[in-house]
This record gives sequence, structure tokens and C-alpha cells, in this order.
Amino acid sequence: MIVTVDYGTGNFGSIKNMLRKLGHASVISSETTDIMAATRLILPGIGAFDTGMKQLKATGVIDALNAKVLQEKVPVLGICLGMQLMTCGSAEGQVPGLGWIDATCQRFHFDPNPEKLKVPHMGWNYVYPQRKHFLMQEMHPEPRFYFVHAYHVKCNRKNDILLQTHYGYDFTASFQKENMMGVQFHPEKSHKFGMRLLDNFVKQS
Amino acid sequence: MVFTRVIPVLLLRNAGLVKTRKFRDAKYIGDPINAVRIFNEKETDELVFLDITASPQGKNPPMDLLHDIATECFMPLCYGGGIRNLEQIRNIIRVGVEKVALNTITHEKPELIGEAAEAVGSSSVVVSIDVKKNVFGKASVWTRGGTLNTKKDPATWAQEVEKRGAGEILLNNIDKDGMMTGYNLELIRTITHAVEIPVIACGGAATTEDLARPIKEASASAVAAGSLFVFKGKHRAVLISYPEPETLKALFN
Repeated sequence: MIVTVDYGTGNFGSIKNMLRKLGHASVISSETTDIMAATRLILPGIGAFDTGMKQLKATGVIDALNAKVLQEKVPVLGICLGMQLMTCGSAEGQVPGLGWIDATCQRFHFDPNPEKLKVPHMGWNYVYPQRKHFLMQEMHPEPRFYFVHAYHVKCNRKNDILLQTHYGYDFTASFQKENMMGVQFHPEKSHKFGMRLLDNFVKQS
Repeated sequence: MVFTRVIPVLLLRNAGLVKTRKFRDAKYIGDPINAVRIFNEKETDELVFLDITASPQGKNPPMDLLHDIATECFMPLCYGGGIRNLEQIRNIIRVGVEKVALNTITHEKPELIGEAAEAVGSSSVVVSIDVKKNVFGKASVWTRGGTLNTKKDPATWAQEVEKRGAGEILLNNIDKDGMMTGYNLELIRTITHAVEIPVIACGGAATTEDLARPIKEASASAVAAGSLFVFKGKHRAVLISYPEPETLKALFN
């Protein structure tokens, strides 16, 4: 069972809709029993880092998530803020993250800024694979995805970086370590590119 | 490099799609769900739906229809029309719409902009500004579906909505709406120079080439159009279209 973790922030409907289009049934849930029964976990999220972590805590699912992801090694995909929550923390707030990935989050900062780049980074952008991985299997040769974010992940271990994107500089658009995957962009809003990625996550992991 | 967003703006009236001229003479052009499917096929950057009768008639956003649209829509989606409170905003985001566009309510209760930004993130809060010139050529902000002159100066109002937490401005020029005579670059320039947040320019596009001008000549962050994507030919035959990815790439580079 694919479980999208509902902790009150995120675009759950869109993820479920795209999975349904791909023929994969999923549930949106904040129940520990559902999370414990999951074979795939999706951690979505939008908004501020601390708000997200606090809501995740208030939902009471962190112990279940840690058990599933760290011990049982169930495949997990973090999307947007969900990806950022998988790191150790963010310059956006004070609350520690889940700490699954050795990384932190920082705000886009351009100095100088000759292109007058705006923050948040909003719109479609290319991603560049840093190594082979099943998430990008049979992907279009010029994959592009929809991004909306002011903070981005900075991995401390280069090997964890899966995709990079250029906005002022190269940043981590996706990481992967063992069963843990995160994407900064919104696959659920990225047409055939996002469908391929979500389908790969469900079928290949 | 991030792509320049090219956004079809689709108007809703009683669950049907329509297209106006100068915010009037709404012509029925088809079914919204069907249109979403076509724009999916064409890998459109983003879609905006505006219910043009909601605010003037005091109606609530059409939640069932929005649910159906969001279910079909595999690209970012923005909805505006009849939004008056936080609960509606949360419900709209919950059905799978990324952004809300606020207009009429921002003139009655401007603090809702900040409350919405806090609740769903400022990148999900678009403030829509409709501008029209009076007979003396002076531009002001109109609201309630272009039926009420607020007499506000467009640049000053843009600065206020930015200060209150708007993530983006959807700038529409009522005089240009549906006329297909090109964008009002002067107006766009005035607004983009007044604010730091992204400005989506709307109103007047007739050709694909027109889409580049607000970006290159007036510092807009994105361009939107209605007629260009729903009509073909001078007789305004209904045909939904969207430029090929390669065409857009060449246009903005």
C-alpha cells in the first residue's frame, strides 16, 4: 500500500490523482496503523520548515516513520518541504529535521545577482542526473520539473546527490540514500516527467 | 535556467468556459475539463482559472468543479473568483489547486492577503490587479470583475499588496482583454519597476511572438493570455492551442 503522510500541509490531492492516473491505488493518512502497513511512503509538504516539523510531531507519526524508514527500510519519497524535513535542519527555522540524510537547508542567495533572479525559485527547470538511478529510468532526455521553493537542500555527502538544477548556481534537486529519496520539485505537477518519476518510485524501488 | 512561464487564463461562467472582450461579451467556448486535458497533452506550464461571475454575483468558488479540474490537471493550477476568507482558501488548496488569486476581497479586507500568505505560503497567494484607463487616459485599478473603479493608482496598489505578503501579481489590462492587439508594455513596466515580486502580464496577446515582449521589454516574470490559446483566425473559431516546447525555448532565449 502506498501511503501519503497527511500532517496538514501539502498538496495531497494532486499526488493521489497522479498515482491514480498511473493505476496505483494510494491512501492519504495520518494514522500510525496505515503508516506501519505501508509498502511505499510519500512525505509531501509546502510552507515553512518549523511549521512542517511541528505539525509532523503533533500528528504523532514520527516514531512510526523512523521505524519504517530506518529499520524496515521501506522506500520513502519526500516532495518539496517533505524532502527538506528529511535533512538535519534548515536555516529557515530552529527545529531539527528528521535527520535521515546528512544535509541542511539554506535560502537561495545570489551575490552579485546580475540576472536579477527572484526568490522563490518558481517555475519549470531542467534537472541534471549526477549518477544512474531507477527514479530517472526511461526518462525523457531533457527532463524538466516544476519548482516552487525559497530554500534548498545542501548535502554534506556528495554521493547522496541524485539530481542537480541550476538557478544562479547548482543546487540539489534530488537526493537518494538507500531507501530514502527526496525531490525538491513537484512531480505531481510536472506532466509526463513527474508521472515517469512517480511510476519509477512505485514500481522500481 | 528556469523557463519563462507561459500561462493560459481560462474564464469560468456557470461551469462553462467563456472568453471576454474588455471583460464583456462573454462567448461560450467549451468544457473546462476537456480544456485541461488538452493543455495536459500540450505540456502547458501552468493554468489559471478565473470564475468571472463569482464576485459580481456574490457566489462562492465552485468547489465541485475545482475538485474535478484539479483531479485532471497535471500542471500547476491557480484559481480566482469569489474567494472571501481563509477557509475557502484552505479548501481550494486542499483539493489540489496550488495557488489562489485574490482580487475583490483585497479591496474590502486587504489583511486577508497576509493571513493567506501565513496559512498557505506566500508563493500560493496571487493578487490579481485589473487596470483600466478612464476617458482622460488615467489608469486606475478596477475590481468586482471590472465593474467597480477603486480609483487606486496601479503602481501604489501593487506595492501595497507586495508589502502585505502577495507572492505574485497577475496584472490584467481590461482595455486590452480579448482585443488581440498586443500587451500594454507601458503599464507592465510601471508595475514591474514598482515591485520585487514576480508579475504575470496578461491582456492583449495576439501571436506567439507577442509573448516575448513583456518579458524582454518590460521585465515581467511570466506571461498569460486567453484568446491566443482558445481562438484561431480572425473569426475567432474555438481551437485550444499552446506553443510547442521548442518554440517557447527559442522565443525566450
